[in-house]
Amino acid sequence: MRIGIVCPYSWDVPGGVQSHIRDLAEALIEIGHEVSVISPADDDTPLPPYVTGAGRAVPVPYNGSVARLSFGFLSASRVRRWIRDGEFDLLHVHEPAAPSLSLLACWVANGPIVATVHTATPRSRTMLAAATALRTALEKINASIAVSEAARTTLVEHIGGDAVLIPNGVATRRFRKAEPLPGWPGEGGAIGFLGRMDEPRKGLSVLLRAFEILGPSRPGLRLLIAGGSGDADDALHRVPAELRDRVVVLGAVNEENKARMLHSVDVFCSPNTGGESFGIVTAEAMAAGAPIVASDIDAFRDVLHGGEAGELFTAGDPAALAAVAARLLDDPARRAALSAAALNAVAIYDWSVVAREVLSVYETVILGRDRVGVSA
Amino acid sequence: MTLTDIIIVIAAALVAVVYVSWRAGRIDRLHGRVDMARAALDAALLRRSSVAFELASSAILDPATSVLLAGAAHGARDDDRPRDLAESDLTRALRAAFSQPDFRASLSGKDGADELLAEVEAAAHQVFLARKFYNDAVSATREARRRPLARALRLAGKAAMPEYFEMDDSLLAEKALPVQAG
Repeated sequence: MRIGIVCPYSWDVPGGVQSHIRDLAEALIEIGHEVSVISPADDDTPLPPYVTGAGRAVPVPYNGSVARLSFGFLSASRVRRWIRDGEFDLLHVHEPAAPSLSLLACWVANGPIVATVHTATPRSRTMLAAATALRTALEKINASIAVSEAARTTLVEHIGGDAVLIPNGVATRRFRKAEPLPGWPGEGGAIGFLGRMDEPRKGLSVLLRAFEILGPSRPGLRLLIAGGSGDADDALHRVPAELRDRVVVLGAVNEENKARMLHSVDVFCSPNTGGESFGIVTAEAMAAGAPIVASDIDAFRDVLHGGEAGELFTAGDPAALAAVAARLLDDPARRAALSAAALNAVAIYDWSVVAREVLSVYETVILGRDRVGVSA
Repeated sequence: MTLTDIIIVIAAALVAVVYVSWRAGRIDRLHGRVDMARAALDAALLRRSSVAFELASSAILDPATSVLLAGAAHGARDDDRPRDLAESDLTRALRAAFSQPDFRASLSGKDGADELLAEVEAAAHQVFLARKFYNDAVSATREARRRPLARALRLAGKAAMPEYFEMDDSLLAEKALPVQAG
């Protein structure tokens, strides 16, 4: 199948939609399909061979923040040329309501179009305000995919129509092997946490209290914390002064350092108290083969096969967490068994599996239809 | 105290009263000027967002630019965000749309395009002027109220100190200027 994928956001800016498209495209290529991606990108950005740059994106105010988007007739004609030269069997546009390349692709293309909606936007009024401009373009979409239930709700309420729910995949290969950070995990053991430090539901405070219980009796034990949107000092101040130098805060990490961080700890902890629908971070830690201790919320119970692929503790209970973590830290054989079980369990969330679900949507849509063309 | 002295004191007091009431009247008039300038500025901003919205829904633009402009124009009438930020966003969205290469050339010949573009530019220029006049009035009023006599006697009464209205209205206004001046 020849597949044309449209990315609305600048390829050189890291973001969820861009990573999704990269992982999907690579998984589809691996299966044996021909994939071309068009994306806004700076001229000097090195692009993977399957990506066509559509020129520099312009920073514009959009939905209350500044986004880098491609719009206008010039961008439209670039998309048109890419579609004409690509001779695609199908077009897959991402985030079609954003004022950028995806919307323009819907506008200029004729033929089978699949759309994926990523974000849940409570602000529907922009869409309503631009309804006429949007409607003509979005009406051409033959099938929609939502990456989450929230995104699906947005689509149903604001764009109309229904969507198939296909969650993000986990790029397990990117996490499988990585060099631990220098000096980690160290002699006394290390526990890891990854997530927003200032969001209570991520449960960092539960882990910090458990560390207060474990720390005094285990003089070498350290805590490695990664994740943005929080003041490092603020996190540190929640820890008693005598333990503070054993808590290392990395702050926001890029993908490479995320993998290295996951390989730097003896036990990875997901202390979330709720609010997770899947737990992508836990799945990534599993892909890195980290022995996992997670709270017993539904999302983690599912992904960890009820405790077979990682230990569960009562959500929100620091003493329970401390007890489970202590047992694991003292039992290398159990850690190795959990690591192997986690690697095994996470395989079903890999992009190669997710890409096949996306392919079955493609197949439904192209049945008995011509290639993608451009409107006159 | 002689009669002359009394007359002098009374005369001095009269002069002082007249002077103070003249100053108070001036501050009052300045506040009036601020209010009128503010009303003109509000009207100009409203007109700008209206014509921007009209341009966005006119179907002469590509849909992406339409969505951008519609969102920004709508945001400017939305009470969720501070007014100055929302209006600045509209300026930036208009600037991004108008500074596309060959923007005008790609639209010329379309039904009503030239009129609509001219209207948006005129409205943007009007915002630029209205804001200038408003900030001038604010500046004069603040200056008058800062004088020692005005402060000591509270000549402004309970009227709130007028605030400057800061926003990004630059590029589009500069572009529109020669058209208006010529």
